[in-house]
Amino acid sequence: MGGGSSPCASCKLLRRRCTKDCVFAPYFPPDDPHKFAIVHKVFGASNISKMLQELPVHKRADAVSSLVYEANSRMRDPVYGCVGAISYLQNQVAQLQMQLAVAQAEIYCIQMQQEPPNLQPQMVEPTDENCLLFASNDLDYNLQQYLSFASSSSSSSVMQDSVKRESLCTVDPSGDQFVPKRSPTYMFGM
Amino acid sequence: MASTRCAACKYLRRRCPSDCIFSLYFPSNNPQRFAYVHKIFGASNVGKMLQDLPVHRRADAADSLYYEAHCRIKDPVYGCVGIINILHQEIHNVQCQIAKIQAEIAFLGTHAQSDQQLQIAPNLDPNFLAEQKGLSNSFDDSSTWFF
Repeated sequence: MGGGSSPCASCKLLRRRCTKDCVFAPYFPPDDPHKFAIVHKVFGASNISKMLQELPVHKRADAVSSLVYEANSRMRDPVYGCVGAISYLQNQVAQLQMQLAVAQAEIYCIQMQQEPPNLQPQMVEPTDENCLLFASNDLDYNLQQYLSFASSSSSSSVMQDSVKRESLCTVDPSGDQFVPKRSPTYMFGM
Repeated sequence: MASTRCAACKYLRRRCPSDCIFSLYFPSNNPQRFAYVHKIFGASNVGKMLQDLPVHRRADAADSLYYEAHCRIKDPVYGCVGIINILHQEIHNVQCQIAKIQAEIAFLGTHAQSDQQLQIAPNLDPNFLAEQKGLSNSFDDSSTWFF
């Protein structure tokens, strides 16, 4: 920065002159040196510079925020980084979908029990099992998840720590999901 | 003689030593894996990160680095954080659906209970029944049910 302005945090850390078109200056102000230090440690200054230069200007602020988030996650959890959080959230979604399927089955049973018998001449006596059999297409999908979840092994057990995870899961980069490991040597299906 | 260099050393065009930190986690039959990780994190950063970890954690770390790099290449603005946002939204949506259905179950349960009470007490004063159901005494067409 010219005219006596303080150099940005990145140029301070890298000990170089901060030019007026410095790519880092808008996103790494001098009053927050820790922000750049952490992304530099994880990604490296030159990689960040390349990433920012490949993006349109109006997207760079968001990119920096997400890079800072990922770098912080990686510092907190050097093994899994923010992928640990993704795994945890995916497990949470699966559990909630199971709860949703159970609730939908329950309300379907209640509705069937409350319908007058003459409107359903072909229905059998509504029991919990039969209620599951007459589920709608959407409900079928959720119920299948519930039934397969209930009978499956604990390959996707939820861990109580917020970020750190033992290695029960591995990644499937073709999708966006952590998939459970089936053996210690399982890695992307190799 | 067939090359036994790992994907990292092939990419970096250097000799692959016997104690190469990358060789176990970036095999030569998957060059894309190292290419992605190198593009986002840089080979020296990845090497430092793996060296700072105990040996039994390095495989998972390499996997997660590849996953993050892959997400960042697919979405250069948000990377993995985009997926985290989507998952948070999904959790919120499903929680709302569950709350709605549970409210409906509670309502149906209450409704069924009040119907049963009316059935077992058929001789009650009709005005009393109307109060229970929230109807006006005149039972005109403009009456609406409120609960």
